[in-house]
Amino acid sequence: MGTLNLTLKIWRQDGLNKPGGFKNYKVDGLNTHMSFLEMLDVLNEQLVNEDSEPVAFDHDCREGICGMCSMVIDGRPHGLLDGTTTCQLHMRFFNDGDTITIEPWRAKPFPIIKDLIVDRTPLDRIIQAGGYVSINTGSAPDGNVIPISKEISEDAFDAAACIGCGACVAACKNASASLFTAAKISQLALLPQGQAERKERVIGMVQQMDKEGFGHCTNTEACEAECPQGISVEYIRKMNWEYHCANIKG
Amino acid sequence: MNSYFYSSVFRKTLATLSGFFLIVFLFGHLAGNLQLVLLSGDVAQKQFNEYALFMTSNPAVKILSYLTYASILLHAALTLFLAIQSKKARPIDYEVSAGSANSSWASRNMPMLGILVMLFILIHMKSFWYEMHFGTIGNDPWGHKDLYTMTVVAFQKWWYTAFYVISMVILGFHLRHGVESGFQTLGLKTRKYIGPIQTISQTIAILIPAAFAIIPIILHLQS
Amino acid sequence: MSILNSKIPEGQLSEKWSNYKSTVPLVSPGNKRRLEIIVIGTGLAGASASSSLAEMGYNVKTFCFQDSPRRAHSIAAQGGINAAKNYQNDGDSVFRLFYDTIKGGDYRSREANVHRLAEVSSNIIDQCVAQGVPFAREYGGTLDNRSFGGVQVSRTFYARGQTGQQLLLGAYSALSRQIAKGSVTMYNRHEMLDIVKIDGKARGVIVRNLLTGEYERHFGHAVVLATGGYGNVFYLSTNAMASNTTAIWKAYKKGAMFGNPSFTQIHPTCIPVSGDYQSKLTLMSESLRNDGRIWVPKKQGDDRRAEDIPEDERDYYLERRYPAFGNLVPRDVASRAAKERCDEGYGVGSTKLAVYLDFKDAIKRLGQDVVSARYGNLFEMYEKITGEDPYKSPMRIYPAVHYTMGGLWVDYNLMTTVQGLYAIGECNYSDHGANRLGASALMQGLADGYFVLPYTIGEYLSKDIRTPAISTDHEAFEIAENEARDQNTRLLNNNGSKSVESFHRDLGAIMWENCGMARNKPNLTSAISEIQSLKKEFWEKVRVPGRDDNLNPELEKAGRVADFIELGELMVRDALDRSESCGGHFREESQTEEGEALRDDENFKFTSAWEYKGDDVKPVRNKEELQFEAVELTQRSYK
Repeated sequence: MGTLNLTLKIWRQDGLNKPGGFKNYKVDGLNTHMSFLEMLDVLNEQLVNEDSEPVAFDHDCREGICGMCSMVIDGRPHGLLDGTTTCQLHMRFFNDGDTITIEPWRAKPFPIIKDLIVDRTPLDRIIQAGGYVSINTGSAPDGNVIPISKEISEDAFDAAACIGCGACVAACKNASASLFTAAKISQLALLPQGQAERKERVIGMVQQMDKEGFGHCTNTEACEAECPQGISVEYIRKMNWEYHCANIKG
Repeated sequence: MNSYFYSSVFRKTLATLSGFFLIVFLFGHLAGNLQLVLLSGDVAQKQFNEYALFMTSNPAVKILSYLTYASILLHAALTLFLAIQSKKARPIDYEVSAGSANSSWASRNMPMLGILVMLFILIHMKSFWYEMHFGTIGNDPWGHKDLYTMTVVAFQKWWYTAFYVISMVILGFHLRHGVESGFQTLGLKTRKYIGPIQTISQTIAILIPAAFAIIPIILHLQS
Repeated sequence: MSILNSKIPEGQLSEKWSNYKSTVPLVSPGNKRRLEIIVIGTGLAGASASSSLAEMGYNVKTFCFQDSPRRAHSIAAQGGINAAKNYQNDGDSVFRLFYDTIKGGDYRSREANVHRLAEVSSNIIDQCVAQGVPFAREYGGTLDNRSFGGVQVSRTFYARGQTGQQLLLGAYSALSRQIAKGSVTMYNRHEMLDIVKIDGKARGVIVRNLLTGEYERHFGHAVVLATGGYGNVFYLSTNAMASNTTAIWKAYKKGAMFGNPSFTQIHPTCIPVSGDYQSKLTLMSESLRNDGRIWVPKKQGDDRRAEDIPEDERDYYLERRYPAFGNLVPRDVASRAAKERCDEGYGVGSTKLAVYLDFKDAIKRLGQDVVSARYGNLFEMYEKITGEDPYKSPMRIYPAVHYTMGGLWVDYNLMTTVQGLYAIGECNYSDHGANRLGASALMQGLADGYFVLPYTIGEYLSKDIRTPAISTDHEAFEIAENEARDQNTRLLNNNGSKSVESFHRDLGAIMWENCGMARNKPNLTSAISEIQSLKKEFWEKVRVPGRDDNLNPELEKAGRVADFIELGELMVRDALDRSESCGGHFREESQTEEGEALRDDENFKFTSAWEYKGDDVKPVRNKEELQFEAVELTQRSYK
């Protein structure tokens, strides 16, 4: 295994609404087995030892499922590898001497909190606007009462796999949250459990999405290409259809 | 119900519907134009000029033409508005952007393509529509305004022909993304029909501009 | 000892819970509106408890340190969730699930709690299905099951390899609904730093807003901790980076006793460590053992590639040692067997600390498509991390710290030894004894949150309906806040020379060496003094950059590591104290001739509950003797 010496060009910003800018850092002797975040750990330990403030970035599970890590690496959310979060991106995909530009997700509804950390609570609010089935604890019928075909169930799963990282927003030239919103709408619209609130859900969630200030979808499909879970834009189509039906049928 | 009309999804839908109407218009327009090259000599001149007269005087056509103007304006205004909204949704751009890694060139440049198509429409209308309605244009042997000769003369200039051909390429790219995207916005591009829809969209995107472009080329070569 | 009252209801084991439910005092709807409950953590337990309590009418304030409640580490659970549905008609029942859990836990858990867990397991599946959790289904549309280690029935419900994610998103959606209704107030990016106790009862918490650095005081009639496990005490574990012990550790210091702190689950199928920069270990779901075969070369130090080693030179050591369960033995057994092979020099890979998990036979038998449908995402994950294709050459795996069975001691009501302070999910010690069976963590988290705590908390709150909200100006809040503030100020002003990370790494090394898969008296004894000097060094030399009044991840980490160091010492003390082997706790001094764990029921049939007596004072170990009425204690055998 080789070692890498890299130049990192990283967006630094001390806090919300503070001015920000790029700073260059050199990190040497990196192992190609490292994950991208472990490479940043090395940089941060180096910074702590120089008594400067480490780069703040969101991360938690480091196995690609919590959706916390969020950075645009050389122009691509989560970096160059398809279907991968930043924590699962490994340094063997980089070359010695590379300069890597690392930026936060950029969207008006995602203000930068510090360095590479942004505020993604708008996504929570979209779910709160209807991304659930109103079923109180204890009132559920037996799980096998309603058979659901394997096909429908798999389709719903594909939509439900969303990890809420916001890469779709980051990738979209319009900073649209359509894929995120559509995935939850579709999951519940596909399943029989979601039927009772199907109409209110799609109306509520689309409205909230607009209210948060995300851009609109122009079907560039960049979101699907950058989604770590490969969630299909088919669900955006479905959201549009659901939304038309809900409004037109009244 | 009210919120529907203010939603981004509805605005996109209107943009789609107006766009689709304009495609229908393009087919009609194309059928008229083909008379320039499918026939020849006097027959072409007579028939085309009669057609032109019909198009400028028939009340039903009038209504359709106003619908077309409205569609163009609506399509342009809505998409421009949405493009500005989207720009606002990302106030600071990325330092490095790798759009080509995740999306097609046409899809990322629809506003620019749209503006170019709009410019073309304006120039095109000045050259023919304006001249036909308000310009000084001679009569043909049958007593009709001689749009035919005016057109044939116009495309004797190579640069004018080139301008038309390039404009059609731009229109092609615009349609290349626009048509398929429209089906998606309407919610019709289902998994089951994704194949036929892609074929139809691509055919439209190639066929219309190509057929339009071939007319000035033929006229130029005949001159 | 009388100091611990487990409050197990009277009556037949199978009737205790239903009797309890029909007799527990209730709180009227009007009173529920006046009662405030604080929930810390939004994993399966915290999110399900928050939403259920809010649905019932309580005022709930929920806190998580992540940017969204959906990020809690429950999300990473892959394999599945157990329930005694007997949908497969393979003879499963509540009793069997109960029995398997008790046996799997090596008879170190409380019968009544485990039985209750088995009873409510079915309701969990129903609840989750109703929420829209897309569980795997059969072609006929019914729910599918698979089998898991340590049991002989198929009772595990799953959603591809992302069961934890789907269950958590279900609970998160229920929580979101309550947030939208205003019955839960959600505090993201807030970390709990201390419990506030007034007149012996938990009455609130001190939290720090991680964005602004502000310290906040929150009152609650009761406080529920749902803060997960503390496996990160080992530095390298399958836990998320920020998973920590701070909340339960502060609770311990406020009087909540700590149950079986040394009981740690080392998961057998993780991707091996590849270098010292490594920040975490990645688990490969145990479900892989359903079709994968584990082996090492028969020759020590065999450097050939796996594909080049012929069949008769491979030692399928689990199948050889445990013919009845084979590759599906419980986690502790599988982990120890891997360690044994590697210690003997049969390990593979560059570090020689790995064994093979081979799918060659499964691919031959089922075809690559079926294998891919079952495990595709796991194979992909393996390839992403290692750069190797497991369809072509076998995976290399090694055990890693995964789950902590230990945690705050709780009674039948899930209340700690502090009145009004509850612990649910992984952060309590409860149901898994000395070893947790696969797919049982999700079950327990959701059982506690959806179906147990919402009932049992009423027992306490029904007596508390006359207590008005206590002002957070109360001096107990003042003192607790100042302590939290002072600790952070001290850390920031320390001007030391070593990073927090390096202390964490050192602690992890001590713990893994001495308190990991195999433990013995001399090592444990020396580990105590090593940890004590590490603690001293930490407070002398740690360097924490930045400020207190904004987002400062280094400061957060420093506080967590400080608590991990203290917890580490308690874990070692507990491991030293318990000189038997049981479940995941393997004392080398106590083993059978064949090298299996040897329990000592005569002397250790109890839960250790450690009581804090002050900094640098030896804690006191109390006992809750375990009574077994329904099951007979036997030496676990999976042969």
